[in-house]
Amino acid sequence: MSRVAVLKGGRSLERQVSLRSGARVSDALERLGHDAVGLDVGPDLIANLREERPDVAFVALHGRDGEDGTVQELLEILGVPFTGSGVLACSRMMDKVTTKHLLQAAGIPTPDFFAFSQTAFRELGAADTLPEIEKRLDFPIVVKPSRQGSALGIKFARSAADVPRALVSAFSYDERVLLERHVEGRDLAVSVLDGVDGPQALPVVEAVPRDEDFYDFEARYEIGRTTFVCPAELPDGATERAHQLALDTYGLLGCYGFARVDLMLSLTGDLTVLEANAIPGLTDTSLLPQAAEAAGVGFDEMVGRILDRAFARAAGAPV
Amino acid sequence: MTSPPKPPSRSTSRDLERYAGLFAARTRVMTSSAMRDMMAVTARPEVISLAGGLPDTSTFPPETLAAITARIAQESSAKALQYGPTDGLPETKECIAEVMRAEGMRVDTEDVVVTTGGQQVIDLVVKTLIDPGDVVIAEGPTYPGAVPTFNAYQADVVQIDMDSEGMRVDLLEETIDALEREGRRLKFIYTVPTFQNPAGATMSLARRKRLVEIANDRELLVLEDNPYGLLRYEGEPLPPLYSLDGGVYVMYLGTFSKILSPGIRLGWVVAPPPVLEKINVGKQGADLCTSTLSQLMVQAYFERGDWQEYVQALTGVYRPRRDAMLEALGEFFPREAEWTRPDGGMFVWATLPDYIDTTDLLARALRDNVAFVPGQGAFLDGRGRSSMRLNFSASGEDRIREGIRRIGQVIDEQMDLYGTLTGEMKAPSGEEIEAAREADDVHEGARVVELRHRSEARSGAGGA
Repeated sequence: MSRVAVLKGGRSLERQVSLRSGARVSDALERLGHDAVGLDVGPDLIANLREERPDVAFVALHGRDGEDGTVQELLEILGVPFTGSGVLACSRMMDKVTTKHLLQAAGIPTPDFFAFSQTAFRELGAADTLPEIEKRLDFPIVVKPSRQGSALGIKFARSAADVPRALVSAFSYDERVLLERHVEGRDLAVSVLDGVDGPQALPVVEAVPRDEDFYDFEARYEIGRTTFVCPAELPDGATERAHQLALDTYGLLGCYGFARVDLMLSLTGDLTVLEANAIPGLTDTSLLPQAAEAAGVGFDEMVGRILDRAFARAAGAPV
Repeated sequence: MTSPPKPPSRSTSRDLERYAGLFAARTRVMTSSAMRDMMAVTARPEVISLAGGLPDTSTFPPETLAAITARIAQESSAKALQYGPTDGLPETKECIAEVMRAEGMRVDTEDVVVTTGGQQVIDLVVKTLIDPGDVVIAEGPTYPGAVPTFNAYQADVVQIDMDSEGMRVDLLEETIDALEREGRRLKFIYTVPTFQNPAGATMSLARRKRLVEIANDRELLVLEDNPYGLLRYEGEPLPPLYSLDGGVYVMYLGTFSKILSPGIRLGWVVAPPPVLEKINVGKQGADLCTSTLSQLMVQAYFERGDWQEYVQALTGVYRPRRDAMLEALGEFFPREAEWTRPDGGMFVWATLPDYIDTTDLLARALRDNVAFVPGQGAFLDGRGRSSMRLNFSASGEDRIREGIRRIGQVIDEQMDLYGTLTGEMKAPSGEEIEAAREADDVHEGARVVELRHRSEARSGAGGA
């Protein structure tokens, strides 16, 4: 039995999801016989960790601070072992632009994109390159904040006139945004779960929107508005390729413990990687628990495995 | 002793699909969870929230509350703890008649049903009148809290534009004609004519009269929602629609939330007898009766005879807050923004250039610890994306000023960025206009400042 600090909440826009993830993780830890202490992350985080003296921290935070390596760095300083990916992998995954550059360099397919900081527009005249970019990417273009976990701020630009306002929206969430070629097709997610035998790709989940308006990003992961199919029924070989791409991405980014890789299967059958999430949701509607279950790994077992990997890393096992 | 088994705290994915399959179609129209999560962040203590719609309950004297509750405990404990009649206690209805008299309305207590807050009135009226697909006409923007109710009963909501004199009643007539031509069934008109939430506008007397005429001519019901009427900070009160119509086609919604306390959850509806009877049956199904304890608290409070003094004290608190907000808006919001100037109530409605999406702006503003309500929640048709509702009743003047300053800053930031992206610059400030006028003899009264090309703007600092 271990004393586990479950870190949840925090100040990110995904605070509520994180509180739900944390509650479910705590329940599972209790059932596994551990002593779970929930900590809502705030200015007293360090004081609380020093007082509670946990054996390990289960990081159930989403978005800024919790998923970008900040909290992981603090835990390293305090010498508290923690679940999931380390500082470097977290910061790579949180930043979609970094992720995509790494994917490109490694030859893993990802939709074409261009990325800009606000400074580039404000001080370097980057706006003059927009017509060139629009020509190279074709409309519609997806405009995304580089670092924002949920669907907030993701806009669809159907024509050149839509681009400036989409950029203004995306810059509301982050200093850096990307313009990405839109891939029409099927929306897939492959969760990866580490085990003693190494990382395992879980069955593919497909998000099928129930409503006609496919481009309502905010509705995508809404229960009742989207149907999740797991395992997804894909054309021959696509599941295997999706698994391989997810594992390649997982390895490339240096993930540890677990992660979720989002992909698109285009109408022509090509798979591309959109992004990877260091701490995907662990709530009722979340994809990782669904995928684990489809692979015969119950929620408690999944939590146990994630916790074991944290101890293994702390014990100096090869990561 | 063995503890009872803990229920399973999670659902399997199969369960989730099963639940989703059981959901009624009406649940599909809901705010996205991402949006709800973002609004949750606005409640954090470090955030200056101009987002809420809360009255300032800290001004209510605790000793009054203590005296009222002590009296009920001593004198009518058994009654307070018991069920009551569905339509409400007669003594509470007398208090309601008194409030309505204070606003120039005469009401027979027989025509009143006491409800669990004003919100229940909206629910009961929609439940009574609307079959799925029936039309409700509302203002655009409308009270955001009515939207989930309209959705829950699958009403087809048609929104009529507003201006500084409230609902555009001229457009209302056209709309009614169009609906008739299209064979759509209009059931009632929902309006907050006085200090509207969220727009802050008040319907002019001429429009009130015309609206009542239209309702009479066409035999249409109107639901007049009047939570804020007594919170007037300037100007003369206008007659409620109910008093103009005499209660023939106008149903009236009142509440103690803004003149006493929202926590006691007490409102009321006045409606023509046949409608009221159906509302009463609906209420029986909803909650049997309104809290007896709350009703007796209102009665005990009104017996003290000083409820109007408290309302006066409240207006004394809110008026300087409104003034602080209007002053700060003038100082910190850009010239391209427009906002309403309410004579009462709790809200200002501000509209920004159309390329600013206020939902995204809120995410940016939250990084600076300030919050407002994005306008899209006040529309059912996707409009309102560049507007915001600002509340001034729940924060002190200093915080209001600081909050508006921070919002103004992020708006400036986005306008600058948009200007950079499009090669257009935001319109210059008043000072810059003045300078330009002197330099170039700019046409007097040119309210719309032309957007300039970036290169021009660069060459002439602050000039035209």
